[in-house]
Amino acid sequence: MIWQIDFYLLVILIITAVVALEIRDLLASVALLTGYSFFMALLFAQMGSVDVAFTEAALGAGVTGVFLVCALFFLERRSAD
Amino acid sequence: MITRYESPIVEVVCRVIVPFVQVFALYVITHGHYGPGGGFQGGVILAASFLLLRLCLGGELAHQKLPPRLAIALGAFGVLLYGLTGLVPMMAGGQYLDYGHLPIPGVSGAELRYVGILIVEIGIAFGVLGIMVGIFDNLVERQS
Repeated sequence: MIWQIDFYLLVILIITAVVALEIRDLLASVALLTGYSFFMALLFAQMGSVDVAFTEAALGAGVTGVFLVCALFFLERRSAD
Repeated sequence: MITRYESPIVEVVCRVIVPFVQVFALYVITHGHYGPGGGFQGGVILAASFLLLRLCLGGELAHQKLPPRLAIALGAFGVLLYGLTGLVPMMAGGQYLDYGHLPIPGVSGAELRYVGILIVEIGIAFGVLGIMVGIFDNLVERQS
């Protein structure tokens, strides 16, 4: 366990989460959310739980992005709030 | 109506990459009891390969590879396989999902439990594959 990698991964994770919540463009928000899932998977793998990291990388960073982009076609691209 | 963006680069890359993704998914499913992976992860990767085909090739071509009705049927078949693997040992005198009581001739003991876990993993993989592709088809169908 290398604490520098852990620290920088956590910083990037928090930055992607906050930007995904605050940004107005919903497509960029979806992209940042998949990035958040990927960094979460890296953190899980770094903590030693490979199975959870595998699930997070396959489901959160792969299929959920496709579903959210498909759901985006029902909405406006820019969020109102 | 949303259609695909016709690009030979995207199409060729998709055609090359999909068989490798599917072989890796089968490896994850059948290797699930030794290492990381299992039915759920393998099913998600298998579903992701079919979703990639649907995104890159468009509706008509991709529906020849896996028709939407067949996807739903596969999902139902996976759930049925899981339930039957649980119920058959109950009829043979064991508990629910007690693989040691599966009536398969020729195998017994640890090997029988191994085969039981493998059948359950395959059932989970089919179920996840069918439901994921079904959700995508339902979403795309409603907006066209």
